[in-house]
This record gives sequence, C-alpha cells and structure tokens, in this order.
Amino acid sequence: MTWRSPLALVRDALRGQRARENELRSLESNLPYEGLEKGKQPNRYFPSNAIKTTKYSLLFFIPMNLYEQFHRLANLYFVGLVILNFIPEVNAFQPEIALIPICVILSLTAMKDAWEDFRRYQSDRKLNNMPCFIYSRKEKQFVERHWKDVRVGDFVKVVCNEIIPADLLLLYTSDPNGVCHIETANLDGETNLKQRTAHPEFEPESFNGILVCEKPNNNLNHFKGYVEKPDKQKVGAGIESLLLRGCTVRNTDHAVGFVVYAGRETKSMLNNSGPRYKRSKLERRLNIDVLFCVILLFTMCLIGALGHYLWLNAMPVVPPYLVPPTSGQLDRPSLTSFYMFFTMIILLQILIPISLYVSIELVKIGQIFFITNDIDLYDEETDSRIQCKALNITEDLGQIEYIFSDKTGTLTENKMVFRRCSIMGTEYPHKENAINLLIKETEVVPDGKLFQKISRTSSGSLSHSQKTDAYLDFFLALAICNTVVVSMATTKRRRVSRHRTFTEDSEENFQPSGQTEGVDTTGLQPCSPHPPSLSDEPALTSDNLRYEAESPDEAALVYAAKAYGFTLLSRTPDSVSVRLPSGEVLDFEVLDTLTFDSNRKRMSVLVRHPITKEYVLYTKGADFAIMELLGTPYPGNGNKKNIATVTQRHLDCYAKEGLRTLCIAKKVQNHTLSYLPNAMAAIENRERLVMDTAVQLEKNLTLLGATGIEDRLQENVPDTIQALREAGIKVWVLTGDKPETAVNIGYACGLLEDEDLVINMGCKDKITCTNILDCTLEEVRRYNADPRNVDTTQNMSLVIDGLTLDKALSPDLLDRFVALVKHCRAVLCCRVTPLQKSRVVKVIREKLKVMTLAVGDGANDVNMIQAADIGIGISGQEGMQAVMASDFAISHFKHLKKLLLVHGHWCYTRLANMIIYFFYKNVAYVNLLFWYQFFCGFSATAMIDYWLMIFFNLFFTSVPPIMFGLMDKDISAEMLLGVPELYKTGQGEGDYRFTTFWVSILDAFYQSLVCFFVPYFVYQDSDIDMFTFGTPMNTSALFIILMHLSIEIKSWTVVHWIIMLGSVALYFIVTLAYSAVCVTCNPPSNPYWILQSQMEDPMFYLICILSTVVALLPRYRVCHSLSSVGLKIFNCPEFWGSRQCYFSLMLPFS
Amino acid sequence: MMASSYSAKDEDGHITVSGPGGGTLRNKKPENTAFKQQRLPAWQPILTAGTVLPAFFIIGLIFIPIGIGLYVTSNNIKEFEIDYTGDDTSSPCYNCAKNFSWNNTKSCTCTIPFQLDQPYESNVFMYYGLSNFYQNHRRYVKSRDDSQLNGNIDSLKVGASSPMASRKKKKPSKECEPYASIDNKPIAPCGAIANSMFNDTLKLFYNDPNGTSVPIPLTSTGIAWWTDKHVKFRNPVGTNSNLTAVFQGTVKPVNWHRPVYELDTDPENNGFINEDFIVWMRTAALPTFRKLYRIIQKKNNMAPTLPRGNYTLVVDYNYPVRSFEGRKRMILSTISWMGGKNPFLGIAYITVGSVCFFLGVVLLVIHHKYGNRNNSANISN
Repeated sequence: MTWRSPLALVRDALRGQRARENELRSLESNLPYEGLEKGKQPNRYFPSNAIKTTKYSLLFFIPMNLYEQFHRLANLYFVGLVILNFIPEVNAFQPEIALIPICVILSLTAMKDAWEDFRRYQSDRKLNNMPCFIYSRKEKQFVERHWKDVRVGDFVKVVCNEIIPADLLLLYTSDPNGVCHIETANLDGETNLKQRTAHPEFEPESFNGILVCEKPNNNLNHFKGYVEKPDKQKVGAGIESLLLRGCTVRNTDHAVGFVVYAGRETKSMLNNSGPRYKRSKLERRLNIDVLFCVILLFTMCLIGALGHYLWLNAMPVVPPYLVPPTSGQLDRPSLTSFYMFFTMIILLQILIPISLYVSIELVKIGQIFFITNDIDLYDEETDSRIQCKALNITEDLGQIEYIFSDKTGTLTENKMVFRRCSIMGTEYPHKENAINLLIKETEVVPDGKLFQKISRTSSGSLSHSQKTDAYLDFFLALAICNTVVVSMATTKRRRVSRHRTFTEDSEENFQPSGQTEGVDTTGLQPCSPHPPSLSDEPALTSDNLRYEAESPDEAALVYAAKAYGFTLLSRTPDSVSVRLPSGEVLDFEVLDTLTFDSNRKRMSVLVRHPITKEYVLYTKGADFAIMELLGTPYPGNGNKKNIATVTQRHLDCYAKEGLRTLCIAKKVQNHTLSYLPNAMAAIENRERLVMDTAVQLEKNLTLLGATGIEDRLQENVPDTIQALREAGIKVWVLTGDKPETAVNIGYACGLLEDEDLVINMGCKDKITCTNILDCTLEEVRRYNADPRNVDTTQNMSLVIDGLTLDKALSPDLLDRFVALVKHCRAVLCCRVTPLQKSRVVKVIREKLKVMTLAVGDGANDVNMIQAADIGIGISGQEGMQAVMASDFAISHFKHLKKLLLVHGHWCYTRLANMIIYFFYKNVAYVNLLFWYQFFCGFSATAMIDYWLMIFFNLFFTSVPPIMFGLMDKDISAEMLLGVPELYKTGQGEGDYRFTTFWVSILDAFYQSLVCFFVPYFVYQDSDIDMFTFGTPMNTSALFIILMHLSIEIKSWTVVHWIIMLGSVALYFIVTLAYSAVCVTCNPPSNPYWILQSQMEDPMFYLICILSTVVALLPRYRVCHSLSSVGLKIFNCPEFWGSRQCYFSLMLPFS
Repeated sequence: MMASSYSAKDEDGHITVSGPGGGTLRNKKPENTAFKQQRLPAWQPILTAGTVLPAFFIIGLIFIPIGIGLYVTSNNIKEFEIDYTGDDTSSPCYNCAKNFSWNNTKSCTCTIPFQLDQPYESNVFMYYGLSNFYQNHRRYVKSRDDSQLNGNIDSLKVGASSPMASRKKKKPSKECEPYASIDNKPIAPCGAIANSMFNDTLKLFYNDPNGTSVPIPLTSTGIAWWTDKHVKFRNPVGTNSNLTAVFQGTVKPVNWHRPVYELDTDPENNGFINEDFIVWMRTAALPTFRKLYRIIQKKNNMAPTLPRGNYTLVVDYNYPVRSFEGRKRMILSTISWMGGKNPFLGIAYITVGSVCFFLGVVLLVIHHKYGNRNNSANISN
C-alpha cells in the first residue's frame, strides 16, 4: 500500500463522484488489469456487487436508532416530560420513575428495529455469499467466487436455473441461436420466459471494446448503450441483450455476460423501494383530536396554575403545611404558579394518549393478520392469499365511496377465448365455443364450415400451387404475426412452484380429453392429421407445445390457428416454422418484427415466404388502426370493395357482443427494405427510427379478416357490483376498450341496467362537449325539481370516451363535469389512457372529497392505483405490475365484496371505536387527578401511587382496548354481506365523528366526576388518608373503564372474557402484591397495606359498586335507546326497502 | 395497452383443478380455524327492553334495601362535635388563640363545658378535627423520610462535613429539606409533616350530678394502623437500647416542645412508634379532616361508656390555626361497621335505586304502549 496524499484521495473521490453521476458511462474489461491494486482499476468508481440493505451498523445502532425514533413527535413529547421532571422546581414524581414509560417505549421499538435489521443483515449476507463464476485471466477459465466479488467490468458465467448476480450484457450463450431465456418472476412476478439475445462476435478474452451505457435507472424495460470497438465501430445494445440481476436463467445451458451495473446500481435494487406508507383518513382525523387533547391539557394546566396562584394569594400568612424550598424562602406566588403549570403537565400527561399510537400499530397488524387469513379471500387455483402491502390503511377499506375499476382482467378474466372470426367478409360464428362455457383458451373447437373449407383448400398442397389463398393467409397470419415463444412441455423448467408438476401431467391429462372433445363436438377428424415422417423431432407433437405470450390475446389466436391445423412449431429471432394442415412444415425467415405499441395499436412481422420467396408483411391490430391503412384489396376476389365494409359490420357486431376485436391484414412487399440495422446503434434516436420504419412499412395493407376474442366475466362480478352499489359505492369502469365493448360488458356485469338512462358522451370538439354537459345538467335539474320525482331516483349512467373525457376534464368544464357525474349511478370511460385514468381518480378524489378505491390488474392501471386512496391490484393474467403498486392484492374481483363490506367495515368500526375509547379512557382517568387538585390547593398531588398509575395504563387497561380493536364484531359477517347498506355507516364522516369524539369526552368528564365525588362525599370530614382515599377511586375507575368497554363490545367470545376478567384479576394481584411488599421502597408515596385494609372494609365495595353503576347508567341507558331505535329502523320497511332484509338482520340474533 | 402489459402466463394454470396431487402443494391456504376466520362462538348482548328492564329493576331492588340499611346504620351512630378554635370572643379559648404562635413554649389551657343529650353506649372514639389544613399539598406530602421512620439508623447520622462523605453516609432524605437538619445535626423525625404535628392535649371530665368532676380514662394506643405501628414505623435500634441514647446527636423538630423520645413514658408508645405521631404522619386526603385521638373503652356491660350529662373538655392549647384561618374541633363518635357517621352513602343508594326503579317502570310503560304496536321488536329475544 503506497502512501497517497490526502489531496489525491479527495481528487480521486471527486472523480469517482463525477464518474457515477455522468449521464453516460464508459466501461472496459477488468481482465487486462487483473491483479493490479485498486487505484489502477478502470472501473473502481462503480460500486461492487455486495449489497447492504441494513439501516444500522452494530457500533452505531443505539445513537442511530434513537435519532430515528426521535423523529416521532410523540417521543419528543415524552422526553420533554422527562426533562421537566428533572427540574426540581417542577417535578411531580421521582425523576427516575418518570423515565420508565419512555424507556419502555423506546426499547420496545428499538428491539423491533434491531430484529428487522438483523433479518435484513442475514439475508444480505446470504445473498452476498451466493456462488457465481467469474472469468480469471490467470487461470484462463471461470472460477467460482461469491456474488460480492463481482465487479463492474467482470465476465460472469451463469448456468441454467441460476440466479443472475448482476446486470449483465449478454455476450455469449450456449444456444446456437444466441438466445438466452430468462424468467423475471423475482422482479415483476411475471412467470413467462423472456428472450434475450446475445451480443454477437464477442469472446470474453478478446473483449477489447468500451461499453458506453446510460446512468443506472430503475426502468426494467429499458436500457441504452453501445459497444465501441477499437476500430471505432459502434454496435448497439438494448434491453434485449441485458440480463437483469435477480432473474433466473431458463432453457439455456449457460451464458456469459459482461457486468454493466453491480450491487445497488442494478435495476432490481433500484426498483426495491421500501414499503408504501399512506396515512389513512382516520389517522388524519385522529391527529386533529390529539390536538384537541393538547388544548384540553393546556386548559387544565392553566386552570391548575391559576388556581394555585389564587390559593396562595388568599393566604394571609405562611401556614405550616406550606413547605419552603431548600433556601428557606418561599417563592413569589406568581413564580410558583408558573412552575405549577409545568408540574401539572407532568401530572396530567397521559391525557395525550401516547400509548394510542403503539396500540393502533398493534391493532392494524392484527387486522392484517385476520384479512390475510380469511379463507374466503383465498384463491385455490393460484394458491394465493390476499396480500396486504400497505400496512396502515386497513380502516380506509370501510369508507370507500367510489370504486374505479379496470375492465380487462379485473371485471373479466382476461383468459381469452377465440370466439368468432370473419374471413374475407364471411362470418364464422363458432357456435360450439359459445356453448361450452368451461372451455379453456388452449382448446378451440373449430367451426365446422370453416374447417371443411380449410381442409379442401389445403388438400391441394400449398407448395405446389403458387396461388395463395386468403384463408390460408389468414391463419398463417394468426400463427406468425405475434411474439409468442414456443416451449416444449418436456423441457425442464425447474421451478419451485407446482408448475413443473403440471407441465409433466399435462400430457396424460389433456391429450385424450382434448382430442375426444374435438371428435365428439365437431364430428370431424382430429385437428392435426400430420404424418409423423415429416417431423424431424419426435418430441414435436402438437400437444407438447406450450405457448408463452406477452398478452393472452396473442396466445388465443395462436391456439385458434393451431385448432385449424396451422401449428406454430418454433420461433427464433430469425425464423418461424409453422406446420400446415397438410402436415408440411414451412420455415419462414423473419426479417423484422415491429412490436406492438400503444401509439400504433398494431404489430407487424415481416417474413420471407419459403416457397414464393416473397417478402410478406403480416399485421394485426385494432380495427381503426388497420382500416385506415388499407390499400389494395385481396387479389382474385369479386366483391372487393365490400370486404372492408362487411368486415367492419362484423366487427361492430363483435363489439356489441363484448368481444375484443382484432383485424388481420397482409401486404406483399416487393421493393428493397429501407430499414437500416445501423440505426440500432444510435443510442438516442432508436425508438424514433423504429417508429419511422414501421410507418414506412405498414401501409397499403390488404385486409384478410377479423377475429373476435371473448374475455369472459369473472365469477360473481354482477353480484359484487350489485352489492357494492347497494352499499352506497359508485362504481366506475375505466377501460382502454372501445365504447361498444365497454357498454356491453357494462350491461353484462349489471353496471348498466335496461331501464337506465344512458348518456353517451362523445364529441369531437369542445363546444359540443360544453353543450352536452349543459343540456344534461339542465335536464337533471328539471327532473329533480319535478315534484313527481321526489321519491324516485333516476338511474343515470354516463358513457364517455377518452377524447371527450380530455375535454371534460379541462379546467373550465371540470366543475360541470363533476356536477353531472355526481348524479350518475355508473360511469364508463372508454378508450382512456393510463394517465387519464389516474387523472379521473384524482379529480373525483379532490373535487368531491371522497374516499376512492382503484382496482386493476395491468400495468396500465398502475397510475390509477397509485392515485387512489386505496389501490387494489388483481393478480391475474397481466403480470404483477399492478400488484406491485397496489396496497392490497386480491385474486378475483368478487373478493372486493368481502374485503370491503366485511373487513373494511370491521376494520373501520373497530379502529374508530378503539380510538374513541382510548381518548375516553385517558380523559376519564386523568380527570380523577384533576378534580383532586381542587382539594389540594392545586399543588399537583396525586392521590394514587405513581407506580399504580403507570401499571394502570400499562397493564390493567391496555389489553382490553386492543382486543376490542382486533376482535369486536358489531355486525356479523353474514349480515354485512346480506345487507350491504350497513356499509354506509362508515362512509363520509362515519362512526368517527366530531360529535362522537366530544360525546365520549363529555361522558369521560361525567364518569370521572362520579368516580371522584362518590368517594369524596363518603369520606368527607373523616380520618381517611390520601392513598386510602385514592384506592377506591382507582378501583372503581378500573371497573368503570372496563365496564364501559363491555357496553361497547358487541360480541363476546372466550378471548373477551379471559382478557376482561384477567385484567381485573391482574389489577388486584399486582396491587395487593405491590402494597404488601413495598414498605419504604417508593418514597414519598407509601401504598403499604392500603388495598388490603380497604378490602377488609365493606365501605370499599359499596363505594365501588355505587360509582360504577352511577357512572355507567347514562351510557347504558343511551345505548339501550339507541339500539332500540336501531331495531325500529331495521323494522321499518321503507328504510331497508324490503321486509326480507329485516329477517336476515334478525337471523344471527335469534 | 398490450405492449406494456405482460402476462403472468401460466398456460397450464387452470390445469390445477384437475391435476392430480395438486392439493398436496397448497401451502398458502389459510387455516380454517374459528379464531383465524373470526368465527369464534360469540355471545351478542342485545340491549332490548327484555334485557334492560330487568337490569333496572334488579338494580333498584338491590340498591334500595342497601341504602336503607346504610342510612339506618349511619343514623344510629352518635356523634358529638365541639369547635374550640377560639376565634370568637365568647369562646373559652379565645384568649389562648389570640396571641398564640409556634414560638410559645408555655402552654395555655382552656376549658370548654359541653353536654351530651344521649348516652354513648359502645366504645367512643375521640377525634381532633382540623379544617383548611392542606395536609395533601404535594411538597408537604413529600416532606418525610420513610427510611428514617422505619428505624434506619443511618438516617439519623450526623451529616458529614465533606460532600463526598455525605453522599456515602445517608442523612435524612433530601425530601425533608428544609426540615432535614439544624446546624448540621439531623432532625428526628425530619420533614414538614413531623414538624407540624398536632400537639394540643385534650382531656375529658365528666361532671357528676353531685358536683365532682371525674376524669374519663382515654386510651392512647390502638389508634394507629397495626401495620404502621409494627412494620412501617420502627424505632432505630442502636448499640444502646435506651431511646435517649439512640437519638443522641439529633435535634427535635423546630416546632416541637419535646424531643421525639419523650413523647410518652410507655416505651412501646415512644419515639417513632408513638401512635399520635403515626396517626399524624398518615396525611389526610382532604383539607378538612379528623384524626383519631383517643379511644374511650367501654368499662362493663351495664353502664354506658359516656352517660348523659355535662362534660368538660380541657385543652392544652398549643397548636396555632388562626394563621391560615383553620379551625380545630373535638369529635366524639361511636362507630359501626361502616365507620363514622355518614348519611351520604345511604341516601345515594336509595336515590340511585329509586331512579333505576322509576326508569324501569317508565320503560315498561313505554314498551307496553309502543312495543305492542310493532311486536317485531320482541322477535330479537
């Protein structure tokens, strides 16, 4: 180690900083520098692959954790009190004792943090020490090292089923096509295989180029960079050749990559943001009430200080009971009163319920435990429970007023079934598919007529007839024009999940059933009558094929093509092989794939026909995206002009049925390609260049036909929507689909009803838009003003498309739009972009000040999910992005019903009631001390031993409210599901209202008055001593507080009984033990033998009984009348709409 | 939006339903237990007329007899109270009270005649009562050293001159300040409570109808809690069994006339275990309080403890209360199981019982009048 000047060190650090911050990075291989010291390494500025996710280090845990904890206001309040207690003029208790609560809370939290951090440390260490292979120049081979030894610039070999240690630029794979498959399930939960292409012509030893790449970012689907060879030639590299850390290599024996990003700069680590933190509505309200408590506390302390001042001033001379401070001279009354203010704060500190925050956390953990353990929210099929990602907004589930739902995959299953198609203007209805509801997307029953037609055409073998047929082209397009990856069912995909079992099982389970079905229903020969001689590999039986598609639509189309004998056999970046019904295998050379994007709304594949040697472009896409590009009609067809119109008619018809439509087109390309592979190297303009190429290619298309794919409604969707609506929740559907499809689904799922007035808003310009809005609003106003319509509410629904929505959401029309929307029972927004979705949610949330919930399953719903108060992801077919962004993840839309109506209601009422109870409890207890101040010259004396006061809050009365918040059931689950109207209690202001809070505070005042003055009048002018006076008060306070809770508890289980009785028993045991043991242990207060002597005295029991009864009588009475009123409401048929409801309500009671 | 949306493609995901052995791999399925599914058998108390009305009646029926019993018991207790503060010119103690302060060493005696209209049959408890005396003031309550009173000899040691040593050797607790020591000598007992101990002497004389004045024997033991006398309060046990020697080196509290070891001649009632002292040290809860002073034991079964007639109270007036507008009283009271005379609890029980009963009746009427009209409310029972 050579000595380096500090200046050099600083310079080096700065250079490193600059290198890391630079927009573009230049990386070179480490190999030439192997064995050199660190300062000579070219990539030394970039972090190593060792990761550290721990927050603390062993040495600095205590200071760092304390620093972290003191960010909480509540803890600061506590510390302030402790400091006050150490000031001799002010202290109310022994300063050491005052330390106990804060120490308990801090150490509990610290222990929790330490444990969590230790877990992180362990997992880090495990990850850092995972083995991997790094190329060593010395040994001329890959040597086994640990993950933490990987540095930027190294060459790393990964083998099949291994996890990739860092972000690698793929240079070589064992696959002859230079392809490597990876599974990104660890990153985004997607279980399909992704293909990565090796960057050609590189050998680790001879890699001498410089890799220029962008700064690390967290975009998993984007990477830009190029390799500059020594001869200044640039070769582009994109995400398609980047292996991401955390992914698993599949189907590829081994691959070698160049480390681009390591450790915390990898994309997976950058994506690893902490848990989501949202503040719930209830918590926001709670903070206001805590503020009220602070004001109350200050008022009480002011009263105390003022009272003390007046008391002192009223004294003519110094009485013997006034003890001067050590100096021997009494302070001036004003100064003493000033001190007294702070002493009072210490005395009455528990008015601010610090333990409330801890209790709320505990209760929420428990609520989440119950939600995740609900068997009704468990999905057998995918073996998944509901996931709660946000830990602290459970109670918001009980207050939802608006639900924004995605359509595809949320209301529908997103399991696409090929339903109908139209080829060259002829419609094939595929009736069997429509009848068989249990059909899977893998088995398509061919339409009889179409099948015969295909067989006839293909019987004259295609290779011999130069004449192409539209029907063949149509199915070839279905089979070719996609990005579906073919994998063999026999290929080992060693995965931990049950997946493997099924792939192996599928052969014997499904082959027979699929075939018999095909024979039975169609009466035709089996779908793939190919002679085995033509197939080179015996494994390539059609039933062994598994298609991995990026979207289910694609897979559905490929399966449909397969059903007609056009089997996609394999796909590599350069070629596609398809087996025709005749058994012939055609290998198409793929020249280019223009992938789908949301702007073009279509995708194309350019192939070279193996027989005709023509360049053929197959395109599929949304109807409007294809129709406008149509050029030459299909050759050799009579009614040329009509095909487009007829197909369009079919498409409209499909849309009305709620089918997803796609148009299929082709084009025969003759001229040379303008497409330049060099363009790929340009780091900046690549996307634009690709786009330009697409525009050039995709024109003058020939329409082949259209397909209609059914996306079936999920189970119980209409039920759920009906229930949610009865619960007073407005359901909106925001979808990217076209209005016809959306409206159809709307009717199917009960969102729209036949008698509804459906307003269809679609306008091209703003003026029409304004007019429509004004007219509709006027109509609504007139309708509501009409005396005949006072009782009946008109069911109005709005259907609006994306373009119109854009105008309606413009600032000047926004208010009118919101006003109109308020009257609508259902709103359907079609053709909306993800950004519009989130915009709509935000507008409604902010303008109407309502609680919103967004539910969706796809990446296009992420914005909306994040914008809403609660985001729910449906873990379905469309990957995990929505789930990752969500607060709760469910597997079916129907689970929303129980989640909201039952768990939401429970979580909310439980927490709201618990919080109110907590406030009540603290106020009631503290006020006992406050009333005593009027009889002790406002000198801040406590007539209850301080230890017992701490115990009272810490042990005797802490568990019952938590149990109350966890387990109380005001209404049974069956009734909540049966009578969704009950959900309305939580909406808007809900249970936790301003008045509820103050009523319980007033009740607390009343109860504390009773609890104090009953013993006071009993012991007035007697020889009672201070702590004996406090004992019956403390005891009856315990009884009152617990009995109050008993009144609030709506259902009693064994747990309730144990905890309630246990609390009482604990009080007596602990207090008796404490007052038996402590003779002089806690001067100056002295509880020795007090409770014992009190318990020998019948007066003690008489006082406790009287104060408990008198204190609780009003609440008992009010509760009774409230509940009888409640029963009356339930009885009243007008209120609930039906008599039946009453009986269902009563059922659990009887 | 197909491009940015990916499918969690499990083409064979649906095969699960029929796949053999699939069930064995279901590990995430929540347990179907009553607790986890929140289906524990529960009792739901519904407050309806059927449950509330009996509750009111039961409370009423239990409380009223208890209240009557308490009231009768309280009324049977005989109590006599006499104020001897002496702030009134007509009071016999006026002269004593007028010029009195803590510094007086010579005691002033006054005699107050009074008359008992009824004979006091059982044991009679003699109390002194003070008003407007805040024995519950926070600083006052703290101003004591329990360890000293518990006989800890260290708390009686002379405070060492050097601060280092003084920290090691226990002196009277700092809570006792400024009544902890005088001239570096510890005060025994230290603190403001002890310092302000009530030191009037009260004597009772029965004026026989034949003119002679008979002193009534007053028992001064048995007035403190047993646990206080035997556990909490203990005389320090030094090398010497003589109390005077043990308290050597301490000084008496400023306001006291005699040192602590001269409080009584009886060694079992002297020093820290003097019961008058113990009673005083149990600080009163409220500013107007009484403390047990003496017990007049019943002599035999025949004669009343205090017969009807004229009595004289002789007070050695030592305790000044006029400075804080306090009052001093002497109270004679018999005692029952419920302690001294207090009609409040009886009245309160009767009132609450009646209110509950009344509420019950009202509710019953309402229920009968309106409940029948929609009888469905009863279904819930």
